[in-house]
Amino acid sequence: MPRIRTGIEEGRMNTHNAPLLSVRDLKTYFMMDEGVVKAVDGVSFDVHAGQIFGIVGESGCGKSVTVKSVLRIVEAPGKIVQGQILLRRSRQDGTSGEEELDLAGLDAHGQEIRSIRGGHIALIPQEPMTSFSPVHTIGDQIIEAIMLHQSIDRKAARNLARDMLKDVGVPMPERRLDEYSWQLSGGLRQRAIIAMALSCNPRLLIADEPTTAVDVTTQAQVLRLLRQLQHERNSAIIFITHDLGVIAQMASFVMVMYLGLVMEQGPVDDIFHAPKHPYTQALLRSIPSVSSQPRVSLPTISGSIPHPFNKPSGCPFHPRCIKRMPGRCDARTPALQAVGEEQRVSCFLYHDVEVSE
Amino acid sequence: MADEIQDASAPPSELSSKGEERVSVASNWKLVWWRFRKNRLAVASAIVLLMFYAVVLVPDFFSNQDPEATDAALAFIPMQRISFFGKTGFNPSVPDVVGKRNTITLKMEWARNETARIPIALFVRGYKYKVLDLFETDIHLIDAKDPKSKGRPHFLGTDRLGRDQWSRMMFGTRTSMTVGLVAVVLSTILGVLLGGISGYFGGWLDMVIQRAIELLQSLPTIPIWLMMTAALPQDWRPDRVFLAITIILALIGWTTLAREIRGRFLSLREEDFIVAAELAGCSHLRIILRHMVPSFTSHIIAASTLAIPVMIISETSLSFLGLGIRPPAISWGVLLQEAQNIQTVALAPWLMFPGLVVIIAVLAFNLVGDGLRDAADPYGH
Amino acid sequence: MLRFIIKRLLLLPLLMLLFTVVVFALVQAPPGDFLTSYVAMLASSGSSMDAAQVAALRHQFGLDQPVYVRYLLWLGSLVRGDLGLSLEYQRPSAELIGERMLVTVLLALFAFVITWIVAIPAGIYAAMHKNTALDYLFAVLNYIGVATPNFMLALILMWFCFSNFGLMITGLFSPQYTQAPWSLGRFIDLLKHIWLPGIVLGVAGTARLMRIMRANLLDELDKPYVVMARAKGMSEWKLVVKYPVRLAFNPIISTIGWYLPQLFSGSLIVATVMNLPNIGPLLLRSLIQQDMYLAGSIMLIYCALTIIGTLISDILLALFDPRIRMEGT
Repeated sequence: MPRIRTGIEEGRMNTHNAPLLSVRDLKTYFMMDEGVVKAVDGVSFDVHAGQIFGIVGESGCGKSVTVKSVLRIVEAPGKIVQGQILLRRSRQDGTSGEEELDLAGLDAHGQEIRSIRGGHIALIPQEPMTSFSPVHTIGDQIIEAIMLHQSIDRKAARNLARDMLKDVGVPMPERRLDEYSWQLSGGLRQRAIIAMALSCNPRLLIADEPTTAVDVTTQAQVLRLLRQLQHERNSAIIFITHDLGVIAQMASFVMVMYLGLVMEQGPVDDIFHAPKHPYTQALLRSIPSVSSQPRVSLPTISGSIPHPFNKPSGCPFHPRCIKRMPGRCDARTPALQAVGEEQRVSCFLYHDVEVSE
Repeated sequence: MADEIQDASAPPSELSSKGEERVSVASNWKLVWWRFRKNRLAVASAIVLLMFYAVVLVPDFFSNQDPEATDAALAFIPMQRISFFGKTGFNPSVPDVVGKRNTITLKMEWARNETARIPIALFVRGYKYKVLDLFETDIHLIDAKDPKSKGRPHFLGTDRLGRDQWSRMMFGTRTSMTVGLVAVVLSTILGVLLGGISGYFGGWLDMVIQRAIELLQSLPTIPIWLMMTAALPQDWRPDRVFLAITIILALIGWTTLAREIRGRFLSLREEDFIVAAELAGCSHLRIILRHMVPSFTSHIIAASTLAIPVMIISETSLSFLGLGIRPPAISWGVLLQEAQNIQTVALAPWLMFPGLVVIIAVLAFNLVGDGLRDAADPYGH
Repeated sequence: MLRFIIKRLLLLPLLMLLFTVVVFALVQAPPGDFLTSYVAMLASSGSSMDAAQVAALRHQFGLDQPVYVRYLLWLGSLVRGDLGLSLEYQRPSAELIGERMLVTVLLALFAFVITWIVAIPAGIYAAMHKNTALDYLFAVLNYIGVATPNFMLALILMWFCFSNFGLMITGLFSPQYTQAPWSLGRFIDLLKHIWLPGIVLGVAGTARLMRIMRANLLDELDKPYVVMARAKGMSEWKLVVKYPVRLAFNPIISTIGWYLPQLFSGSLIVATVMNLPNIGPLLLRSLIQQDMYLAGSIMLIYCALTIIGTLISDILLALFDPRIRMEGT
């Protein structure tokens, strides 16, 4: 049963308004034959209206699974075993005011979550090449998205679709509506996907590595487009990437994940200029820079990401951490705690709070 | 950030377990075998097939009577059930039967002889035979304990000519399984040769071979078999017929494999590692044999294994119609000829038993073939 | 795409010509000819013909001409639409074939419809409920279905019906309707008898098709466009049917045209066992008897069906898959 809470939020660290999306201690596990993969193992963060929230981390850190959990489209055998995903929206029963809806408690196939998917929260997928069905026209698919969430007739939906394509900068939108995805170039396809995602004016956009699969020039265009649209519509964006440079360009707030846990989160400026967690520091160190010393080998993080079935005890990063403290870091798992006004880190170097089961 | 330039002397992450290390140095064949082993159904089927091929090697050992001995007085004896315990404890035996000719239908009818039973045992002495033409022996797997007893065990009954079906089944197994295997081997050779040439060299050679394959594949298979086997002269000796049938089956079956192999060659040609080999100066032959063939050998084996049951069903169907293996040679299809119409089947349903054996053999081949195909695919789940 | 079809249609006569050569060669291959087997048949039943009579008949049937002459004569008559005279039945081949064609087509169509109505939904269900008990059951049935030769299945089913229900289900008509002209009564009688051969013919195809559908769908279900559709808020069933099923179906469509010739030839052996008056037994007998015009004509019809079937498959595929339609060849 979804827990609906109305009214005033509890005291928070930040001074913004109540968050649009609040994820509390989310745990998503995959029950496989060989064992349990704890893809997301206790993640908490808040996304505010109009904010661009970046999630960064290496492959396998759980960033994709986190956002898929928000949308409740995690594939079997994965399921949310714990946690809340609180969405704030205007009341649906006609009265004024807002309500909080726990997405984690909804039926994954039910009417409620389906009206939120695409309508309130939209996904911009990683692979524009293959995210459109190759045997249906683009127009057909965008119109379908529109008609799922708005009660207008097909003709009006088509007009809306055309306008969306125009807004994202697709030339000759009327013609494109009747074309197939493979007739468009990579960049245009990505724009079309964005158009489809925005067609119902979602409050929250989830961009799952939208620039990974395209070339650098297209990447710049897509980022520019996203910034512009976000500005115009004031929608929040959760931006997932492994590219720190993109985060610096786009996000105002960033969360660093590793092996299903949050290592550090905070405003982008704080994270980039004063990273606290050794992992964040190592990541930032490993970015090649024009101004670094010549003829010095690029610093890397030694070791490799452990096998998902072989997660380290205690802090997940400790085997590769240069500042680990034996006896502490390998025995207990640090919890996410505040170290500044809005910055939080999970590392025993800064506090001694453990994760409570 | 001045203090973090150099690599720290952190220890490497935990050594992968012994298991992972074993995997990383195993050869491709070992990997395939391990994956295959996990598929218990396929392994069980492989064991079944091994048992079949044991029969192929020494059918005489498994049979206990002359498969061609006819005796009208013994016609249509039903399958005899083995009972393991007699009056004196563990004493496997088969009921002796007494026959009476029904004066109206003129068919033999059999009733159990209440007083006598035929005791049976394993590894009994029976008629003499040669094992693989090497040495002579007279041990049979299962037969009447007393080699001189008048009543004989008929585990699968007899047919209208009084021939023992159990023994005939053994010899039929030998023929059918061999035809299937040999036909597939021939097909594979043809297919690899022509498909390989077509795919590797491309150009007009490819075009010609492709058109030929399309032509052959457009011909409806069953009518073509019928035509080709009907074309075999009636007076050929059984073993010549056997060879001819095998060749006909192979000639019709190679096209599918050729297409698949051509497809593989075509896609392999574009692969980076082949281009690298070419750039390194390897000759065509070396590239084909050392670089390309190993990457699809396991696929070919899987495809061939899956083709064998098709051949077996083909041969069985043809022989069933009288157009394939001809009596006195015995194959499953020839055995099933006795069960060709409902009248006979209604009277003697045990004559359909070879059909069951066909189903089991084909099932086993399919399961093993599927298992091989899944195990050979390095990108499978 | 139109060019593609036209090119294929133009090739048709050439292919047919090649086929006539192949078919003729195969029919002529066995030593002797129709008269040889006819004489042998006479001999075994007691009567005989003297050499002069045989020679006269041979001349009358044109069997004493050299091979290429006979081929050209046959080709000539084919071009004129004359399928020749059946030497054995002494009636035009066209007539003999025509009589049985309706039954053959009905049987094939019936098996075809059953196959697709059963296999596609079952395959979809099995893929959606992977590894559940029903999926395993289907898998077992499929394996057995593919492993059983169709004549074996026919025998088993017939025996089962007979020993348990006392029903003899042979032939396609009850005695009173066998030779009767077509009427509603005859048609209904046909329907009453056709279900068993239809099922027998359809089983192997159903099993194969179901496995293919399941495998194709499983491949598609993981793809990004399915995730996208779900993320848009579509309901599960709707999105599965609209997107991955459609794409899983495409490779199958290209095999539709294949099915009819398959069913025609598949029915050959079953027809013998179940005593069905379709083209199968006719072809068999004509091959054994070397009744060359009849055999040759039937073979050519089969070949034509196969080519047309392939063409239909290609057209259907182009129709359903815009990628093929628009990319040209």
